[in-house]
Amino acid sequence: MAGRFQRLGEAGRRSVSIWVDGEPVHALEGDTLMVAMLNHGDHLRRSEFDPSARAGFCLMGACQDCWVRTEEGARLRACSTPVQENMKILTSRLEGTWAELT
Amino acid sequence: MGGADVDSAGPATPRVVVVGAGPAGVRCAETLVKAGIRPVVVDEGRRSGGQIYRRQPENFTRPYAALYGSEAAKAESIHRTFDSLLEHIDYMPETLIWNIADNHVYTVCGNRQRALAYDALILCTGATDRLMPVKGWQLAGTFSLGGAQVALKSQACAVGSRVVFMGTGALLYLVAAQYAAAGATVAAVLDTSALWRRVAALPKLLAQPRALWKGMLLTASLYRARVPVYFGIRPVAIEGSDDSGVAAVSFRDSMGKTRTLACDAVAMGYHLRPENQLADLARCEFRFDQPTRQWLPLADRDGRSSIDDVYLAGDGARILGADGAEASGELAALAALEDSGARVDSSRMDSLRRKLVKLQRFARGLNQAFPWPAAFAAELVDDTIVCRCEAIRVGELRATLSVTGSREVNRTKAFSRVGMGRCQGRYCGNAAAEIIASDGGVAIEEAGRLRAQAPVKPLPVALEKDS
Amino acid sequence: MRAQASDVIVVGGGIMGSSTAFFLAQRGLSVTLLERDLVGRHASGVNYGGVRRQGRPLYQLPLANRASAIWRRANTLLEAEVEYLQSGHMRVCYRGSDRDAAAMEQYAIDAKEYGLNLEYLEAPELQARFPFLGPEVMAGSLSMEDGHANPRLVAPAFARAAGRLGARVEENIRIVAVEKVADDFRVESADQRQFRAPVLVLATGAWAGELTAQFGEPVPMTSWGPTMAVTEPVSYGIKPSLGVYTAVAKESVYCRQIPRGNIIFGGGYKAPGYPTTGHTRVRPQNTLAQLEEIRRLVPEMGQLNIIRVWSGTEGYMPDGQPVAGPSERVSGLFYAFGFSGSGFQIGPGVGETLAELIATGATPIDLSHYKLSRFSFA
Repeated sequence: MAGRFQRLGEAGRRSVSIWVDGEPVHALEGDTLMVAMLNHGDHLRRSEFDPSARAGFCLMGACQDCWVRTEEGARLRACSTPVQENMKILTSRLEGTWAELT
Repeated sequence: MGGADVDSAGPATPRVVVVGAGPAGVRCAETLVKAGIRPVVVDEGRRSGGQIYRRQPENFTRPYAALYGSEAAKAESIHRTFDSLLEHIDYMPETLIWNIADNHVYTVCGNRQRALAYDALILCTGATDRLMPVKGWQLAGTFSLGGAQVALKSQACAVGSRVVFMGTGALLYLVAAQYAAAGATVAAVLDTSALWRRVAALPKLLAQPRALWKGMLLTASLYRARVPVYFGIRPVAIEGSDDSGVAAVSFRDSMGKTRTLACDAVAMGYHLRPENQLADLARCEFRFDQPTRQWLPLADRDGRSSIDDVYLAGDGARILGADGAEASGELAALAALEDSGARVDSSRMDSLRRKLVKLQRFARGLNQAFPWPAAFAAELVDDTIVCRCEAIRVGELRATLSVTGSREVNRTKAFSRVGMGRCQGRYCGNAAAEIIASDGGVAIEEAGRLRAQAPVKPLPVALEKDS
Repeated sequence: MRAQASDVIVVGGGIMGSSTAFFLAQRGLSVTLLERDLVGRHASGVNYGGVRRQGRPLYQLPLANRASAIWRRANTLLEAEVEYLQSGHMRVCYRGSDRDAAAMEQYAIDAKEYGLNLEYLEAPELQARFPFLGPEVMAGSLSMEDGHANPRLVAPAFARAAGRLGARVEENIRIVAVEKVADDFRVESADQRQFRAPVLVLATGAWAGELTAQFGEPVPMTSWGPTMAVTEPVSYGIKPSLGVYTAVAKESVYCRQIPRGNIIFGGGYKAPGYPTTGHTRVRPQNTLAQLEEIRRLVPEMGQLNIIRVWSGTEGYMPDGQPVAGPSERVSGLFYAFGFSGSGFQIGPGVGETLAELIATGATPIDLSHYKLSRFSFA
């Protein structure tokens, strides 16, 4: 999968590794989670109501389009969350456990 | 229920809360500190500067000139000023005010919530892009113009490998030029405003000759970079697929010819809309501003709202840009000081007022040169998504209007869910009102204003009281 | 100005008034429905949307059962989608509240005689069947024949359907004067429009006292606003609507999930209502208390965000029970108000019953419990 975003500089930063849907993703220290994910792939999540993949929109914490979740179930707004070593992110829609158990 | 969980110790000096650390908030805080007050500055950002003077992360190395171009000195001054204030203010970064009641702001940082009492509240909440939907704008790879700028300025990234800039306004040219200068591929600039409008607006634009000149330089730089610029276009669709996102933009040029440009990203915006949810939650009155066709919180020339103790400054009050934000932030602080009985420099207030009058004239000129394309709303095809959050299409909105007879935005939201999603109508509200007005045959101001509802942004259910 | 005449005037376009107008129109009567704001804009539109029978006093069950039957055919009846979902409703109580559990179990036995089938469940079977429930939940009482609907849609759908049957529906009309002159009620609005009819229904919610007093029947009503919230959308998994059975106000939260994924919840502390302005707001500290309790009921909700809170203006009677049926002082005058935060489910049943009573002079539903005279006035 090609990255949606293109880096245009600031390449000399320390690298950080995260996991997206179980795949290792290399990011740079200072990246937002959104930038880390979109330099690797082309979307962040799926819309709940239509089939479209979503990749964020406003990048300033206003549109709320870029919420992703961690493997532990925590929710993160990708455009305002700095990337941290070993974050484990899921782009799929599965939530918690209740839906699978009932 | 009341009072026990809010801190309400009686202070000696007025408790002033400034919301926002952009140019308005910084100048506001600076003015208060000079007057011997220790304000609380609450800001959602990780670092000060707001959106326009947004700071890159600490480990980035690009110099001011590369980041802010002709505005580098102003950006640096705002940043340095704020840094010098840090020991004289209570700074709460990464903190959202999610609600306001009974002279308390309710803040949340992570999962921790605190209520702060205030004697004066100065809202410097800024603005976001104003959007007109286009078929396909929900596809991955469509970003707001401001968002495209944030990617570059604070993350050194382009939002795609071939980016189309579509919409209107000064920001359209600024961001496209910044992209081109940074080495990104700008596929085209598609401006919905015709070129003659700029000529017609010249008398007003001359209120700020320096800004006008900078705008002309930007346009020239795009031509030098061989970026195709189209004026007076009509967007037709953003094309692509649900899986892989944006693949092209189609539009009608000023001659009516339909053209399609391949791209993998679109940056879209039609000037700005104020972030005024907090003013609404503080129960400020609003008025409809005909020239921009949007609702603004009522404020006197110094920034006093209709509510005692609540002041408004910067683009959140009215869109005057960064220079206006600096001036109005300082002025609102002086007004609050004056109202608290402090002695203030009235000649300074006069000079700030004069500056704002000039900027207001320039803003009217920009608005005339780059008008909000209200008429596009009526032409949106039914399968255009209007509300991205809830994925509600224009056709569903029109059906709601026709079945229920609703002609008002809040009522229509209740019936159709347009504006009911995570963003609370920030990005669909303007267009939904235009559709209601045009389809329903009412004046836009009669369609009303989407009322803000707490929380201003999503609030964790895991919220806990900060002890 | 000549008064507009009809068979019945209904003042108040909430779910009571609009359903009454609909069933009257269905019976062929000419109806004028007058709403001071927009139909369904206040208590009927902002409530939780629970379509729940259990927990009501047993005497209310005949009326609630009647309403249930209407809910099941609401979409067809109203030619509109009201998002009624019969996904079940369950009351639960927490460990340490054995008395509540016993009362719930007894209610399940008593309600059966009224045709309400409840299944009484206990931990750990309860959690095995409904794994989203928190570990503190000790017992539950489940009705599979109840559920929830979208309150924003229901009253307007009744009013539109009434309109299609010929009812005259007026919004943004504030009634200031009511009187009975000979056999007719005279009703006048703030903008001096006049209406007359031999029958008057006051379904005026939190505003009821203004008009009943003009007939010498003041009501001891207070106004409160519910504390409501909704989460972002997540996978649909919480099928039954849930509510905590408790005497502790803070604990009394409830939640439901809609198939789109959002979880709507309410309960806990209420905010003071503002009938004068109609703008009753959630108190932020109440939301905070409510979030603690909702995490106790469904711990996994602690991972979610809420995206909106709201309240509205509800009318409460001193005993928390409604006033419905004919006035005991003035013939031709009917009441339906004071539902005290519990009117949504029963609303269409009240509307059908009042319409039946007005049109035929009789109803099989015993309305003796709903009299205003149960409150004594000095």
